[in-house]
Amino acid sequence: MNVIYMLWLREVKRYIRSRAQIVGSLGQPLLYLLVLGFGLGPVFQRSGNGSYVQFIAPGMVGMTILFTSIFSGVGLLFDRQLGVLKATLVAPAPRTIIMVGRTLGGATVAVLQGLLVFIVCLVAGFRPVSLAAIPAALFFMAMIAMVFGGLGTAIGSALKDIQGFQLIMNFIVMPMFFLSGALFPLTNIPKLLGIATSMDPLSYGIDGLRSSLIGISHYGMGVDALVLVVIAATFQMLGGYFFSKIEL
Amino acid sequence: MIRVRNLTKTFGEFTAVNDISFDVGRGEIFAFLGPNGAGKTTTIKMLTTLLKPTSGKVELDGLDPVVKQHETRRQFGIVFQDPSLDGELTAAENMDLHGALYQVPRKIRIERTELLLKLFDLWDRRQTLVKEFSGGMKRRLEIARGLLHTPKILFLDEPTLGLDPQSRNQLWTHVKSLNETESVTVFLTTHYMDEAERVAHRIAIIDHGRIVAQGSPAELKEQTGAESLEGAFLALTGSSIRDEKAGSVDQMRQFARMWRR
Repeated sequence: MNVIYMLWLREVKRYIRSRAQIVGSLGQPLLYLLVLGFGLGPVFQRSGNGSYVQFIAPGMVGMTILFTSIFSGVGLLFDRQLGVLKATLVAPAPRTIIMVGRTLGGATVAVLQGLLVFIVCLVAGFRPVSLAAIPAALFFMAMIAMVFGGLGTAIGSALKDIQGFQLIMNFIVMPMFFLSGALFPLTNIPKLLGIATSMDPLSYGIDGLRSSLIGISHYGMGVDALVLVVIAATFQMLGGYFFSKIEL
Repeated sequence: MIRVRNLTKTFGEFTAVNDISFDVGRGEIFAFLGPNGAGKTTTIKMLTTLLKPTSGKVELDGLDPVVKQHETRRQFGIVFQDPSLDGELTAAENMDLHGALYQVPRKIRIERTELLLKLFDLWDRRQTLVKEFSGGMKRRLEIARGLLHTPKILFLDEPTLGLDPQSRNQLWTHVKSLNETESVTVFLTTHYMDEAERVAHRIAIIDHGRIVAQGSPAELKEQTGAESLEGAFLALTGSSIRDEKAGSVDQMRQFARMWRR
């Protein structure tokens, strides 16, 4: 228990101390929110979908959590190659415990970063339907963090070097973001695109956030929650499997 | 303290460690020398439970690292070739995390941390982030950390790589005094022959995965008729240069150097 807490604390401390990372990772969501939000806003409004800022804010929160979680997986790759992880793995503590501590820490950091973007969205004019939405939104944020934290751990454990990360970024992470419906409504889209989006776990995360924060839902909140819990469990096990296979 | 019998490790066709046997006595400082790619690090990995031997037997204080992994891990401290400290944490936090991982009770953890940091001249800097430390300070902290759980054996894999002569000198002075005060057994590898000659009680020289000579520095010199340990080393291993292929780890190190200061 103590080991889990200490490893969790390590991740959180590292996050709080890296101001450059905190500010830096606000850049991309801000750009989307302000440029797309206000740029596409009038067109979006005219097509009868309401405020675009209101629409993409949950998407930005989801995107931030996606990227932060995947990056914490790459942190694992760094730790592994540079020896920090070696020192941890040679200690008399089971690997499962080590992974749980790291994952919880990574998820906490991702949710914190998501909350920060949420606050930025509030400043930019985003208004959730009610304060009662916050607990449900927090649940979806945590689930997104668990899904992609598991995936990040699997990637960070399986990758051999940092060059492979570019591949992951362009062929897994970015497509997941663009297919998730973070930027456009999932109603009335071409059938093939619809199939692709429904296979993207992030779609359910963002749909869940949207349904809790602004009351618009495509799949329904119950479906979102169920799908996310199942995928989070699957990806965590996958991450655990690859983590246990790490050879130093 | 360390007993190795007919230890072998093969990676596919390649035999990294080929049927080696040696003993390290309690309280001894034992140096394991060899050219690049001779099998030093592979041997250390097998001794420290990071790699399973293909065949042969290892015992650390009577424990088999393959069978009793966790118990064995408690018996030793290790300083890796690559720095393994967390740069974003302070010296004290690094010690604390290590103590928790080894389940050192809190009270003892605090006492040992103070004792070791004072011993290694790091006590005044305990609240400083490790990324602001010099190479020598990081190395000292790593050794202090490796000793936190009062191990019986300390493994040092090229601990002085990249340090200036002052830091190297100071580091060995610390290691020697610890070896005497805490009677910890030290197993080290290094490329600096003068260090091995000065510090080690006994030396084994490994080449192409085999131990080619064993004994005290004086015995090795006598055996080869060389004037210095370096001469003896070259006489035993030849003077051809071993070019290692730069692996992904080397590339990673370069990459990390680019991004982290």
